Amino acid sequence: MSFDATTLETEVLIIGGGVTGAGIMRDLALRGIHSLLIDKRDLCAGASGGNHGLLHSGGRYVSTDPAAAMECRQENALLKRLAPQCIETAGGLFVAVEGDDPAFAEKFPALCRNAGIDCEELSPGEARRLEPVLSDKLFKACRVPDATIDPFHLALLNVDHARLIDGSVYRPHTEVLRFEMADGEIRAAICHDHLHNRPLTIRARQFVNAGGAWAMNIARLAGCADVSLLYAKGTILVSNDRLAHHVVNRLRPPGDGDILVPGGTVSLLGTTSTRVDDLERVGPTVEEIDRNIREGAAMIPALAGARYIRAFSRVRPLLQAVGNASDRAASRGFALLDHASQGVNNFCTITGGKLTTFRLMAEKTVDLVARRLGNDQACMTATVPLPDDEACSWTEPATALKHWHRDRDADDMILCECEMLPQSAIEQIFAGAPGAEQERTIEAVALRSRAGKGPCQGSFCGIRIGSYLYDQGHYRDATGLAHLRDFFDERFKGQRCVIWGQQAAQMELAEALHCGLLGLDTLEGDR
Amino acid sequence: MTAEPRHFTTQLAVIGSGIAGFAAAIFAINRKIVTAQVGNTGALAYTTGYLDLIGKLGGAAGLVTDPWQALASLRETEPKHPLCRVSADDIQQAFAEFTDFLGACGLAYSAPGASNITALTPVGTLKQTLCVPATMAAGPRAMAANTPCVIVDFRGLKGFSGAEVVANLRDRWPQLTTRRLVFPGMDRGEVYPEVMARALEVPATREQLAEALNGVAGAARVIGLPAILGMHRPDHVRAELERLTGREIFEIPTMPPSVPGIRLRELFQQVLPQRGVTLIPQQRVTALSFDGDGATLALSDSYGPIRVHAQAVILATGRFLSGGLEAHPAGIREHLLDLPVTQPAGRADWYRDRYTDPRGHPIHRAGIEVDDSFRPLTREGRRYHDRLFAAGVILAHQDWIRGRSGAGIAIATSFRAVTEAKRFLSGR
Ligand SMILES: Cc1cc2nc3c(=O)[nH]c(=O)nc-3n(C[C@H](O)[C@H](O)[C@H](O)COP(=O)(O)OP(=O)(O)OC[C@H]3O[C@@H](n4cnc5c(N)ncnc54)[C@H](O)[C@@H]3O)c2cc1C
Ligand SMILES: Cc1cc2nc3c(=O)[nH]c(=O)nc-3n(C[C@H](O)[C@H](O)[C@H](O)COP(=O)(O)OP(=O)(O)OC[C@H]3O[C@@H](n4cnc5c(N)ncnc54)[C@H](O)[C@@H]3O)c2cc1C
Repeated sequence: MSFDATTLETEVLIIGGGVTGAGIMRDLALRGIHSLLIDKRDLCAGASGGNHGLLHSGGRYVSTDPAAAMECRQENALLKRLAPQCIETAGGLFVAVEGDDPAFAEKFPALCRNAGIDCEELSPGEARRLEPVLSDKLFKACRVPDATIDPFHLALLNVDHARLIDGSVYRPHTEVLRFEMADGEIRAAICHDHLHNRPLTIRARQFVNAGGAWAMNIARLAGCADVSLLYAKGTILVSNDRLAHHVVNRLRPPGDGDILVPGGTVSLLGTTSTRVDDLERVGPTVEEIDRNIREGAAMIPALAGARYIRAFSRVRPLLQAVGNASDRAASRGFALLDHASQGVNNFCTITGGKLTTFRLMAEKTVDLVARRLGNDQACMTATVPLPDDEACSWTEPATALKHWHRDRDADDMILCECEMLPQSAIEQIFAGAPGAEQERTIEAVALRSRAGKGPCQGSFCGIRIGSYLYDQGHYRDATGLAHLRDFFDERFKGQRCVIWGQQAAQMELAEALHCGLLGLDTLEGDR
Repeated sequence: MTAEPRHFTTQLAVIGSGIAGFAAAIFAINRKIVTAQVGNTGALAYTTGYLDLIGKLGGAAGLVTDPWQALASLRETEPKHPLCRVSADDIQQAFAEFTDFLGACGLAYSAPGASNITALTPVGTLKQTLCVPATMAAGPRAMAANTPCVIVDFRGLKGFSGAEVVANLRDRWPQLTTRRLVFPGMDRGEVYPEVMARALEVPATREQLAEALNGVAGAARVIGLPAILGMHRPDHVRAELERLTGREIFEIPTMPPSVPGIRLRELFQQVLPQRGVTLIPQQRVTALSFDGDGATLALSDSYGPIRVHAQAVILATGRFLSGGLEAHPAGIREHLLDLPVTQPAGRADWYRDRYTDPRGHPIHRAGIEVDDSFRPLTREGRRYHDRLFAAGVILAHQDWIRGRSGAGIAIATSFRAVTEAKRFLSGR
């Protein structure tokens, strides 16, 4: 398949490059079905790139949604076995502190047992020995098999495996604008190719809407009114240090600032939940940050004085709940709609759910698609391990360390010093990480690596990577500087609300450099 | 350690050793004021060596070519800007005195002119500045004349790519090309500007580099290098390389910490004590108090506590990066005296949504208030103390980053603060 064509053909078009779309692509390939995956931006641009990275044990849902809890339990065990390279088996604690409802805490172990989730009750002393940062106001603690999972690594490997199996294709920056319909079927998706700024028509036999929070908008393009979503924004903070080894959950009904998840060398604190209408303009607010910290500090007092390096917000699609139940009580389960009732026979929508259950969501979706294509192959993703590929692994902090110890070459210079990202990683990413082959840019590297994720948030390494890309001839004109500016603007969205203390000094230095010296704030005026 | 404090007595104590602090010390000794200076010299190493006055005005994207005219319009649009408390004559004199001093110490600078110089940056963008080190002067000239020029970069030097400079300047400077060299004796691994600069103090290294430069310069009449032309005698290193290559040579600043910044730091640290300044580098003042007879600075070094007793004090402690201001979740504070800080209403107002918004961020206009004599004011608008003066970017109502006016604010306000301190000291 050529990238220059204006019309493309495939068996299945998957719309949405989150973990769900990536999982569907691999599941299809394992059943011998060729697909094309598109995203209007790039992999994990939606909720998949802005979550806690918590591979739920199910414990969080035992009180509100036992069915979802059981799904989580099963998928948690399965993924630990089949995709261990993306997972850190951190273990999870549920802790109740003074002020929390003792009755809720008391019945938690039994609820876990009912859902089949291992739950070990710990004395407060034992819990604080495991995690000394826990509050001394703790009165109950349980240990569950929570783990953490890197969604970027996971999505990249799913896509990579699909490419390897049958040449299925991933195209970033391709947005569906409308559908060409005839005789109760979608014939083609009319897209815009943002990378080359031109229209693109994609013909397929089956169309899958894996648009996450955007699923309702995409379904409506095909005249389907049966996807009804509300949007809840969640905000998460990233600390400079890893504050706890375990996932720490508040042992109370889900609320704000009640989960602290380790992510390699940092910790992620969240979340708040706020209704929003607009999917494109979501960002953290100072109020949400302060609320998260205030609530989190009840479990872990050190959160009040911790240094935070960024914050981000993403939207959870809430499948319309019955009555006036609260957003958090609304189903976190997923919905698969075949749209037959809407008179469209080769289109389906999968939305809702969790990162933890992405594989199961893909399985159910592909069961439907395969049936419609007359393919009766069984799903293989519950048994075939996810193959490894170093080109897709630079989003994991451990990769750079491994590389450093194993392949240390003085001439392979470290471009991102916070995250020890060497030049050779960039070459590897361009050569082997899906979606980067066409787009050799700073942003494409950042998405597929830890570049810019450390304490300096890319303010130095962005410049070094930019120079390197110019050196290698990937940039030949002012485009590289515009990309550099856009990269810093993008990183800033995550920093804006957590700039105080040391971060204010860091930010002043960055701005002195980027604007005062390099003049990235005057690029347009200058040219 | 409970050692007895050591006491120093001085007329003027300068707190801070950024450009404002050093400029204040220079102006003070030129006026025969007995001076002591305390401060960590880290911040200086960030500067490029360019001394900006006004390079950009307001939220406009356009660059300022005539800073004096910009100054005149600043007086209309931003009367509270610290530069508006200094006359154009004083600013001119301050820059001249500062650059003359540097020149006399062996670090030649261009004199403050009637218009800005269009200077080069490490990514091939352009920057308007008032004075440049002599080692950097040939670049802007060659660009203006489209002289054939080669930018030479080095294997192993991160963040400086000749290809990037050329790609971004090609339209303006069609005769610009680039070549890559191995720095003499540094053919493996990463190389660092500071190490290269020190190596070029050695004649043999210069000869080898000159030979390599000749090998790649071709028709180029001018050679541009990252800023590595020696640490202590850059003008000599450049002259030698020019002699050896028969071509004009200039430097482009690199990413911080940059050699031109380190040069300034080392020069000040070496020269000021020779000129009689009691310099206590690498230390922070932990308390500052005033009584009827003067001010006392408390600090300590590795030998124990120190007390500096002064008749007058200039506070030039900079902003967040240097620690003069602290950004707490609940608000911005001045760290030594808890002077009132003019600032946006709340943390949510500190920054705009877009990082590179040309209008800049409100947090950068926060700072302390002074009167026309550069004495900090209390919340009630009274002088904090007759003996206390302030200078540099700690002052409110300026955004030196967006305004491209870092050194200018530092030099101009220090000039005025010292003038006023002198008046106060001699009035006694
Ligand atoms: C704050 C927050 C925290 C969370 N934490 C966890 C957690 O810890 N553990 C867990 O298991 N789950 C968590 N979740 C849920 C989990 O992140 C999501 O369920 C999951 O990522 C959804 O993936 P997806 O692929 O279905 O959707 P998305 O990742 O949102 O993907 C949809 C994609 O569709 C693309 N798209 C939209 N419109 C178009 C168009 N017209 N054309 C082309 N492409 C389009 C978007 O760019 C986007 O990339 C969290 C969710 C949120 C919001
Ligand atoms: C990356 C970068 C690039 C720059 N490039 C340019 C440029 O090209 N042109 C230009 O004109 N300007 C440039 N500048 C600005 C310039 O370097 C100065 O920041 C500016 O002139 C302000 O100087 P200052 O002396 O007021 O503050 P600072 O330079 O911040 O100095 C403040 C000093 O006070 C000290 N201090 C703070 N608290 C205490 C205490 N309690 N006790 C003792 N000492 C204390 C600090 O250690 C520091 O030495 C740049 C700055 C940076 C960061």
